[in-house]
Amino acid sequence: MSSTVAGLVQVGLLVLALAAVYVPLGDYMARVFTSTRHLAVERAIYRTVRVNPDAEQRWPTYAAGVLGFSFVSIVLLYLLQRLQPSLPWDFGRGAVEPGIAFNTSVSFVTNTNWQSYVPEAVMGHSVQMFGLTVQNFLSAGVGLAVAIALVRGFVRSGSDRLGNFWVDLTRAVVRILLPMAFVFAIVLVALGVVQSLSSGVAVTNPDGSSGTIALAPAASQEAIKELGTNGGGIFNANSAHPFENPNSWTNLIEIFLMLVVPVCLTRTFGTLVGNRGQGHALLSVMALLWAAMLTVIWWAEAHPNGPAALLAGSGTEGKEVRFGIPGSALFANSTTGTSTGAVNSMHDSFSGLGGGGTILNMLFGEMTPGGVGTGLYSILVMAIIAVFLAGLMVGRTPEYLGKKLGRREVTASAIAILAMPTVLLVGAGIAIMLPGTSAAMANSGAHGWSEVLYAYTSASNNNGSAFAGITVTNGWFQSTLGLCMLLGRLLPILAVLCLAGSLAAQRKVPATAGTLPTTGPLFAALLAGTVVLVAALTFIPALALGPIAEALA
Amino acid sequence: MRTFVTQSLAGLRLLLVLTVLTGVLYPLGVWALSRLPGLQANAEGSVVTVDGRAVGSDLVGIDPVAADADHDPWFHTRPSATAQDLDGDGAPDPADPSVSGGSNKGAFDADLLAVVRERRDRVARREGVDPSRVPADAVTASASGLDPHVSVAYAELQAPRVARENGLTEDRVHQLIADNTTGRGLGVLGDPGVRVLTLNLAVRAERR
Repeated sequence: MSSTVAGLVQVGLLVLALAAVYVPLGDYMARVFTSTRHLAVERAIYRTVRVNPDAEQRWPTYAAGVLGFSFVSIVLLYLLQRLQPSLPWDFGRGAVEPGIAFNTSVSFVTNTNWQSYVPEAVMGHSVQMFGLTVQNFLSAGVGLAVAIALVRGFVRSGSDRLGNFWVDLTRAVVRILLPMAFVFAIVLVALGVVQSLSSGVAVTNPDGSSGTIALAPAASQEAIKELGTNGGGIFNANSAHPFENPNSWTNLIEIFLMLVVPVCLTRTFGTLVGNRGQGHALLSVMALLWAAMLTVIWWAEAHPNGPAALLAGSGTEGKEVRFGIPGSALFANSTTGTSTGAVNSMHDSFSGLGGGGTILNMLFGEMTPGGVGTGLYSILVMAIIAVFLAGLMVGRTPEYLGKKLGRREVTASAIAILAMPTVLLVGAGIAIMLPGTSAAMANSGAHGWSEVLYAYTSASNNNGSAFAGITVTNGWFQSTLGLCMLLGRLLPILAVLCLAGSLAAQRKVPATAGTLPTTGPLFAALLAGTVVLVAALTFIPALALGPIAEALA
Repeated sequence: MRTFVTQSLAGLRLLLVLTVLTGVLYPLGVWALSRLPGLQANAEGSVVTVDGRAVGSDLVGIDPVAADADHDPWFHTRPSATAQDLDGDGAPDPADPSVSGGSNKGAFDADLLAVVRERRDRVARREGVDPSRVPADAVTASASGLDPHVSVAYAELQAPRVARENGLTEDRVHQLIADNTTGRGLGVLGDPGVRVLTLNLAVRAERR
């Protein structure tokens, strides 16, 4: 069987697996966030934490919860890294230096999981488990909570309450992420992923030389890293490392895990708003763009461009034999279309078009299908913009899901959408003018600019993958990329919660003959067009100087 | 501001409780369960032993070095970006498996082009073939720097030399390559690859 046919069947299997869990998992998540009953373990948690789980919050309190929780998470994770020598399993790796510790704590709390360090040399197992694994769960849980709060804004009528952030977060972790991660962590171990508390295993190679192969508690982190669309590797090579992703089976499972929650959340949304077609419209836009970008990246990687790849005969630089080009392209498209950022191949070595495709996936604003929770709220915000644009064309006050989109709603949506391009372009623009930046690039010419553009794109969209050749350990990159991650995460969240509060306060208006239907292919096309248009209008100049120039060279 | 402080304090308490749940109980629970027979060997790195000695991991590729370059008995792995040339003999040393990573060089990079050309010539010389016959995976570094596999084409290219240097027939070496080839999962997942470590061990066991 040819590589292409096998790859197509592989994609088909992935889609089938997602389709099989779409209804049960989507509806289960809807029940999780609407149930009035608390599990025994949850009641114990609320008692210990001293919060009243039945007291609902107004949007400013909900937002203060998100901000406060992110703030203490960053501080604690920073301290944990600085105190590494006092923790067990530190293997003499020493206190993490302040620049890395700041960048890493922001990175993991914002669900970015950008890594400016070499894990095998810098992070011991205590920091990995007690710090980084924890934030893999919690940052995903925060994303889910915010998405659910926005959906409540559409569902509720004349209410000033959005739910309880502590309850939403706890349920996301206890009822969804933790059980799924546990099961899949064991599955991954059964397929060969390591779960060890040793720093490494000493071996004497057949040729008589000796070495130590690094080990880590990888399976427990790998499962939630993909499921929570986090992406931070416990080894430097991330999911390209044979101990994180040993074979084609684990590769497909890891891709499935990245996509499963964001995809099924569209069902949760449809169920909660009482109109499944609304969820299907969002899903079809996500699927359309995901499939289109997969085609571009796969084709580009199968058709090498550039003298080194042409001399070698294939684009295998930075790819593993066991995944092949289809398995690498499928992973790359899914990791950048969700906000995961794990990699099983080095995007920096992709062709101009293929690497440009991974950048464009992020520039869509991470909604194809996006991160856990973040994908749903991002595409809902984009849907509001699409409805607003359609309303402008016919001169009607736009409505979406029975809520009028007035000045306040559209302003909040615009802020949510513009935050990412603003911090991205300002950050990358200044970086490229600094004298130290060209020395930080691993590649020259257009590809060097692509490395800088990728870094700021990845940080601002909370993706976390990299054109990893770039050296980002100087103070400028550590601090500005940290800032981009923080603003790229929190500004949209604040705008979305404000939007949710304003929507919840409105009374529902009944649909009339003049209401734009937001189900069906017409709306899906309008929404997909809006996503592409916003990204294109904002980023074509930046893309033209990097990936497009390289692809045409 | 008061809301922010009270919410932060509640957040701190919840963070500590959830750290116990997701940062201690969860990873250590997975660790404890992976002590079960059948899981433990995987969890500790799929180590391959010969006569009770650990000779490597089934999942990790480390390039063997021939004692005499003119009589090289080994199948070689793909190049590794983590490999340096510390002994200064012009050929890179084997990968360092305590770290991992790729070259991160794009196809327009002049350094990468030079490295690919040099690898292509070196492999062609070693195998006594025309450079145009050297497959792509033999001249490009993997993503991890620890790729345990080579393509079937690269293994077949090395077969005549390995057969000659180990006193085996080429047919036998082709058979050993087939025995140590991992096919596509379900016949469709990923690409086939030849496991270099176990192949070298199999050759060594039959060496004459």
